[in-house]
Amino acid sequence: MSRLDWRRWLPTTLAPILAILLAAAISSLVLIGSGKDPWHAFSSMVEYAFGERTGPASMVDMLNRATTFYLSAIAVAIGFRMGLFNIGVEGQFRLATLLAGAFGAATFLDPVPGPIRITLMIVVAMAVGAGWAGIAALLRVYRGVSEVISTIMLNFVGGSIFAFLLTDQYLGVKQPGSENVTTPILPENAWMPSFPFPNTNQRVFGFIVIAVLVGFGYWFLLGRTRFGFDLRASGMNPTAAVASGVNAKKMIIVTMLISGAVAGLVGLPGLLGRDHAVTTSVGGLGFTGIAIALLGRNHPVGIAFAALLWAFLDRTRIILDLEQIPQETIVIMQSVTVLAVVVMGELAARYSRRQQQRSVGRATGEAIVERPAVAAAGTGVESAREGS
Amino acid sequence: MTTPTLLPAAASAPPAAARSRRIWRLLLVVTAALAAISAVRAITGATDLTSTGAISAALAAAVPIGLAGLGGLWSERAGVVNIGLEGMMILGTFGGAWGALTFGPWGGVVAGAVFGALGGLLHALATVTFNVDHIVSGVAINLLATGLARYLASFAFTGIGGGPTQSPIVPSLPKWSVPGLGWLAGIEQRGWFLVSDLAGIIRGALTELSALTVIAVILVPVTYFVLWRTAFGLRLRSCGENPKAAESLGVNVYRYKYYGVVISGALAGLGGAFLSIVAASIFREGQTAGRGYIGLATMIFGNWRPGGLASGALLFGYTDALQLRRGSESVHALLLFIAAVLAAIAIFQFYRGHRVVGIVSIALAAGALLWYFTTDQIPVEFVRAMPYVITLVVLALAAQRLRMPAADGQPYRKGEG
Amino acid sequence: MSAGEDGSGPPGAAATTDRPPAVELRGITKRFPGVVANHDICLTVQPGRIHAIVGENGAGKSTLMKILYGMLQPDEGQIFVDGSPVRFHSPQQAIRAGIGMVHQHFMLADNFTVAENVVLGAEKIAGIGAAANQRIAEISRRYGLGVDPGRLMADLGVGDRQRVEILKVLYRGARIIILDEPTAVLVPQEVEELFTNLRGLTREGLTVLFISHKLDEVLAVADEITVIRRGTTVATVTPDSVTTRDLATLMVGSELPSPEARESTVTDVPMLTVDGLTVTDSSGRHLIEDISFTIHKGEVLGIAGVEGNGQAELVEAIMGIRPATGTIVLDGQSIAGWGTRRRREAGIGYIPEDRHRQGLLLDAPLWENRMLGHQTEPPNARGALLDIRGARRDTERLVAEYDVRTPSIDVPAGALSGGNQQKLIVGREMSHSPKLLVAAHPTRGVDVGAQASIWESIRAARRAGMAVLLISADLDELIGLSDTLRVMYRGRIVAEADPATVTPEQLGLAMTGGTVSGEVAA
Repeated sequence: MSRLDWRRWLPTTLAPILAILLAAAISSLVLIGSGKDPWHAFSSMVEYAFGERTGPASMVDMLNRATTFYLSAIAVAIGFRMGLFNIGVEGQFRLATLLAGAFGAATFLDPVPGPIRITLMIVVAMAVGAGWAGIAALLRVYRGVSEVISTIMLNFVGGSIFAFLLTDQYLGVKQPGSENVTTPILPENAWMPSFPFPNTNQRVFGFIVIAVLVGFGYWFLLGRTRFGFDLRASGMNPTAAVASGVNAKKMIIVTMLISGAVAGLVGLPGLLGRDHAVTTSVGGLGFTGIAIALLGRNHPVGIAFAALLWAFLDRTRIILDLEQIPQETIVIMQSVTVLAVVVMGELAARYSRRQQQRSVGRATGEAIVERPAVAAAGTGVESAREGS
Repeated sequence: MTTPTLLPAAASAPPAAARSRRIWRLLLVVTAALAAISAVRAITGATDLTSTGAISAALAAAVPIGLAGLGGLWSERAGVVNIGLEGMMILGTFGGAWGALTFGPWGGVVAGAVFGALGGLLHALATVTFNVDHIVSGVAINLLATGLARYLASFAFTGIGGGPTQSPIVPSLPKWSVPGLGWLAGIEQRGWFLVSDLAGIIRGALTELSALTVIAVILVPVTYFVLWRTAFGLRLRSCGENPKAAESLGVNVYRYKYYGVVISGALAGLGGAFLSIVAASIFREGQTAGRGYIGLATMIFGNWRPGGLASGALLFGYTDALQLRRGSESVHALLLFIAAVLAAIAIFQFYRGHRVVGIVSIALAAGALLWYFTTDQIPVEFVRAMPYVITLVVLALAAQRLRMPAADGQPYRKGEG
Repeated sequence: MSAGEDGSGPPGAAATTDRPPAVELRGITKRFPGVVANHDICLTVQPGRIHAIVGENGAGKSTLMKILYGMLQPDEGQIFVDGSPVRFHSPQQAIRAGIGMVHQHFMLADNFTVAENVVLGAEKIAGIGAAANQRIAEISRRYGLGVDPGRLMADLGVGDRQRVEILKVLYRGARIIILDEPTAVLVPQEVEELFTNLRGLTREGLTVLFISHKLDEVLAVADEITVIRRGTTVATVTPDSVTTRDLATLMVGSELPSPEARESTVTDVPMLTVDGLTVTDSSGRHLIEDISFTIHKGEVLGIAGVEGNGQAELVEAIMGIRPATGTIVLDGQSIAGWGTRRRREAGIGYIPEDRHRQGLLLDAPLWENRMLGHQTEPPNARGALLDIRGARRDTERLVAEYDVRTPSIDVPAGALSGGNQQKLIVGREMSHSPKLLVAAHPTRGVDVGAQASIWESIRAARRAGMAVLLISADLDELIGLSDTLRVMYRGRIVAEADPATVTPEQLGLAMTGGTVSGEVAA
């Protein structure tokens, strides 16, 4: 049996694809139900995204959106792999973006060369994100508070702090000629360079490079380092991980800090590449990250595809409006996809497990009864039940 | 869902004696709190703290939170963690508004519960039948609910005065009052220590109650009765304590989990209907504002029991109401109360020997006092964050003494015993 | 119908009544993905008798009982209860037919009272309030079970829990009671109590079906014995016609492996010295108290004791999983303040009690499981990075050397049988040449072949100079492998014994607090 056993990876790769098809089918039904032609809708979307006229601009936009989505999803995925649910990406990245933007625009940094300024902003963003996530980590480790609830609460609190600080009394300035309050505009040497794209004058965020690096780092950290092994073991079986030497408390804190640090980066592509100042519209990307992490099955490449898909759907919403199809269809499709993926993923894992058990049984000729692959929280008296 | 750090030892005293001791302790705490609030009100002059209006609003704010909490209770007692309460509540807000506009206010109530129940059905399908991780399913449902509500709203409300994010004004439910309490208004105005506060509280709690509020309050003892005094409730709870044992005794665990989760969704939907029909009189996107999650927090705070849950809901409702009214002034005054409570907690913890927690509490109390004295007002954004901060603080302090259903959140598959 | 390979026919002559058999199974077959668990099972149980079913782990006994109790459906064959054919699709139907099952792993909800546990699913009989409590108290009195319906389950000990399980079954009016390995967690004295209860039940006309692999107990209490091997019935005998040896041979088809006498490999160099080790829980109760012992190089120290007397806590304290006070010295170094990882890196190998929960990542491939516990040491890691190629290569070696039956090292650990999983764990721990091996119930739930191989590994470890701390509930295993024995009871060491001279009965006495201190003399 080769290392790439089809029984292992095929079901789990097929699952998201089947889920997407299922979601498309459901959305089509919804469209038909409201008297619209689904084929027309989908083809307009594809045309808008890849066609000759609007394609290039769309593709740039999709890549840029996907960059932010990717970072958000990786932040969530780091937590997921350890069995932690970092629902707080929203709050973490908003605060991080605000403080990084304010810091980067501070006049005492003017003598600093551009690249260093940008780097400092990145560091600040990661630190703030990590810190905000750290609160939830401490509450979990020292007070036993579920990080699901604490991160959600911290999202709201973070939002309040964001609103409080982004006023012209504190970190914000009023833009001349408007009522909008933003952080001061970053000087041009703190604008991140971008990449050109054929046939359009829209440009791809330079931050995409960092996103790719983060993805690579995620793969490397989790798959190739001792720490990553500890992290994955903790996610698979916390008791066994502790017995193998992992310090559970330290692991939770470090994982949340890393997750928060990556979350802090989410707002930077937009900040450094497009807006060059922090506005009140910064937000909404936290929950998207969760959806994309689920869609991509926490896999660095899977998440990339999921991010691109999501960006595609986000971008092509506008065209639906012109065809008088409610934009909300897209939202339905996105959320149904997420649900379908998690269900399919579970079914696929179960199927794959059975197949493997069967193949082991056949190969060894031994009596095995199908057992749950999840370590059962039993009475501790006996765990393995032979086929007795 | 809080991860308890210890398994509490079971009560060694016979249940009857323990219960009466608990009731006395509860009365003591309530009286002390009342006295403290009255004192704070007298000192700071923040009359809104115990006014009829505030108490009335507190009760109204407590209802959606409490309903969400009850929803969480039903689900977790059956062994399924339900993070999707927020989403089911959102569906309830839409259902409530749409139903009220189409069938009248009571139709809205029913529709809200039904929509929430459908959300629960989806969650049950994913977690019970397909064994999806409970939290993942809940998060997915929250995502779906937001989009679905907007989608449905765009169909239902455009053209009649609304749109995808808002509905037109919704017909309201009748209000009920206990008769003959008008004279309390006079006492409340006098500003007498404790008596006036009591007058305000009583008037606020017993007059001008929405019909749905009364229903919600009744649902608390009903929940207790059904879950702890009927065979149905025993079976449902067994699914949350030891589903394998229940299965071996012939209980259809899948079915009871479905019951628990669908009822959970219906309750959350009911809470949503309250928000759109009674509290705001319209459907507005985002009006749940995290109350589904706060409901979960009250459930944990109440140790997975209806009584504790209700008191938690009242606590959170009170803070929620204060920040919506003369928020800055009341919350500012509340700092004194918080300082007093924290000091009491600190003393209690020192007495118990938990020095670290005691020191932290004292430090926080000092901080609250300092804040009170150095400012006149609290910025409006902080006020708005208060319910969430209170939630966090309460969870952080209360985590140790909790006992959740033994098999809560665990995947279950028939025959794997 | 139950003629086995040995030609021992059904004990037809022994049937004293002309009532139909309480239970009769004909040709029962059950298949699972990859394996046939039961094949052509034939069984006849006379009413009012205690009928034992024996077989080793993996023979198919539990599957058979699950079929009889309605938790599984047979693929072929028929079931007759009191002479009429039945088909059970759920435990409820079996209960209605008068069959009650007392599970090996107690199915009890800790947060419920005794009454709530008993009444669950049978609320129609007497409601769930006072009437039910009364009925429970009455049954408890009649059969001498001594259980109070109002008590919280979490407060009850093992013996009481088993009695509650029996109560559950009697409450539902069972006439045929199945007990699945009931003596697994009991000491000899409690076993006697149980047998007295069982004889009381048959005196009242009930029928008892008793599954076990403990042959001497079976011979002591059963009226009839059916032997199952590899999923099929092999013979049905009466106790006065066979010896333990005969039964064992029927069960395995060959000689039982037994720990035998050997030369002492014990040196006088201490490897692990534990002094005054104490673990308390958060309410101040002592889980283990003032434990002191020394294990020398080449010595196996066995610790006997009924589950729940502190053995698990002792193991966790030594591994650093649980905080403890007292001194722990490993090879001359005090490790008391060290974390688990440091202790393992210092040379402590760990075979955990519950391999699924504590020793394996069931969804991860074998080579990743090989790394578990040693992910900071070669060949698994080089510095901060993993050495995947090295780990895979070593896993291949391990699988071959320790006879782990698997088609490849990429298979998830959860797909292997318990015996092979345990062999993997043993191999992985031995591969790092530990100075001290902590083995908790190393052959629990493991087939006989794997058991023999694991015992051999432990003996090889002794010969190589390793110190071994062996915790086990299998008295034969303890006596056979240990050089010295201790007995733990209520968190303390209450007795020392010499395995060469002590008997299981003497150990059992100490395990239930019979002797508080001093040697258990031969």
